[in-house]
Amino acid sequence: MSQRKVLQGNIIIAKAALAAGCDFFAGYPITPSSEIAQYMSKEMPKMERTFIQMEDEIASLGACIGASLAGKKTLTATSGPGFSLMQEHIGLAVMAEVPVVIVNVMRGGPSTGMPTKPAQADMMQARWGTHGDHPIIALYPAFSEEIFSETVRAFNLAEKYWNPVILLLDEVLGKAHMDVEIPEPGSYDVYWEKTHEISDLNIYDRKLGENPPRIDFFHGYPIHIDSLEHDAHGWPSFDAKTVDKMQKLRMQKIYQNLDDIIKYKEYFLDDAEVLVFSFGISARSALAAVKTAREQGIKAGLFQALTVWPFPRAAMQERFKKTKKVLTVEMNMGQMKYEVERIAPDDVEKQTLLRANGMPFSPDEVLEAIKEFAK
Amino acid sequence: MRDYEKYIRYRTFPTPWCPGCGDGVILKSIAMAFADLKLDPDNIVVVAGIGCSGRMPTYFNTNTLHTTHGRALTFATGIKLAKPEKLVVVISGDGDATAIGGNHLIHAARRNIGIKMILINNGIYGMTGGQVSPLTPPKFFTETTPYGNIEPHFNIRKLLTGAEASFVARETVNRLMQLKQVIKKSFQHKGFSVVEVMSNCHVNLGRRNKMKSPLVMTKYIEDITMPMADFEKLTPEEQAPKYPLGIFVENTERMEYTDLYYNHIVPVAQQSGAKGEK
Repeated sequence: MSQRKVLQGNIIIAKAALAAGCDFFAGYPITPSSEIAQYMSKEMPKMERTFIQMEDEIASLGACIGASLAGKKTLTATSGPGFSLMQEHIGLAVMAEVPVVIVNVMRGGPSTGMPTKPAQADMMQARWGTHGDHPIIALYPAFSEEIFSETVRAFNLAEKYWNPVILLLDEVLGKAHMDVEIPEPGSYDVYWEKTHEISDLNIYDRKLGENPPRIDFFHGYPIHIDSLEHDAHGWPSFDAKTVDKMQKLRMQKIYQNLDDIIKYKEYFLDDAEVLVFSFGISARSALAAVKTAREQGIKAGLFQALTVWPFPRAAMQERFKKTKKVLTVEMNMGQMKYEVERIAPDDVEKQTLLRANGMPFSPDEVLEAIKEFAK
Repeated sequence: MRDYEKYIRYRTFPTPWCPGCGDGVILKSIAMAFADLKLDPDNIVVVAGIGCSGRMPTYFNTNTLHTTHGRALTFATGIKLAKPEKLVVVISGDGDATAIGGNHLIHAARRNIGIKMILINNGIYGMTGGQVSPLTPPKFFTETTPYGNIEPHFNIRKLLTGAEASFVARETVNRLMQLKQVIKKSFQHKGFSVVEVMSNCHVNLGRRNKMKSPLVMTKYIEDITMPMADFEKLTPEEQAPKYPLGIFVENTERMEYTDLYYNHIVPVAQQSGAKGEK
């Protein structure tokens, strides 16, 4: 039986992670994500799973990657400053193709910023935070059931595509208690396919768009995993042709599978004259605003991105064929709006509702912006 | 083929190390320790950070992992917690272990997690071309101390003893068999172990300090080191420039971290009966 409960967003994440089979958590306390670590420290020992509080966020993600290479399903959770510290290891997980899920409950920044106030200002850091060209998957739920389902999906995508997956949340969603339906085990997919035998040591060799046939440690093969650019064996190589191939392999395993990775929700968009683009806490206000706008005779609709990276480009472009006004609503000084502007044709009018002062948008504020824009 | 050669990944040779580098001796001594203990290569993982030492895992025919600068211990902690029965070896240089990775070093010691660390002390950042490290001796010239090093250096033995490390030893690349023995003993130790190996970087440290040949530099290492028993007879003034050798700490009383963790959670799991199936 599924269970109806009132739970904090952070706790929904922790429950969903355990439901997805997460058996290793390493983390470091930081507001507003600490409840995830606290819940894991209480529940994981009961299930004979592994919890450790490390000495910092760098160590936390390091431990997760190590455990993942040894066959565990791993999670770490943090917020802005800790997410900044993790960037180098996110790059290693991309380079070495290691599945790991990283939760970032976003708070006001930059620097120590506003630990107890929400923001959506790490959107670009999630995409480009670590150095070098790299593919990344980032998910951002908004409603309570989505927090559960997107957490499970984050694990599935990490395991399926051998890549770090960033699960974004904001302080409101992390801290707020909400009514949620926790689904029954078995009613959602949990991906866990592991290779235990390989025909040779070419653990990174494959065709464009495919996943590496990589095996974990301790399966009888002397494999080498490297943070350096490497050849199909995983051995360091700076040969231009090899590097070119490896860069493309890492990118294309994500970009040739966008249909599987990209998820979004569309509300009232079929005849919409104003498309509101939003995500996370802002999408909740935007949905309420769009509904009220409809009641008042304004043809507004909402495009809510659940996968924020890779950006749901094709689906948005489809909408721009009919809808010629786009309003981006986000709690930052303008980040995802650039992505919208980049893909929207010239004949689409672009407007934004932006704020980064720690105050989420009220539905009325979004409604006002829609009304103003619809004139 | 000698018995230790099955632990060497010859197909990745040549190594990037300069001719005469002590790293080759250390590679061999670790492989010999594996062979002496008749370990299954698949039960071993060798992890390293960045630098000349960072490249060493590439040459072991075991599970191997090359990570980020200073953080090898964090990855090793994850692996050891995931698979406590495996031998997890970390190879680290002095810059890697005591500068950028200093925090992880003291915490691994504090936890007493069963990671076997080989800390190669050549007193310099070699891979990046010879900059001062926290273990560069006083007054030495480096690329970033052109007028001589004014900073005091860490004493690894005292640092780790202070952090309650349960196995602390020091050896040199001049004494292969002793080095192998100490490494072997550290592998047999249950908790966190550190074997500091005094090594020669005649290219990036020696060259700027009138010791540009490996022979001169290994002779220098011989001059500044002595067995602990001899060291103890010296006055504090005489001790200051010298490095004692041997096993300084071997504490079998402290419980190893993964043993502690999994023993600790057994009653919790039994009481809850919620052991999850994956």
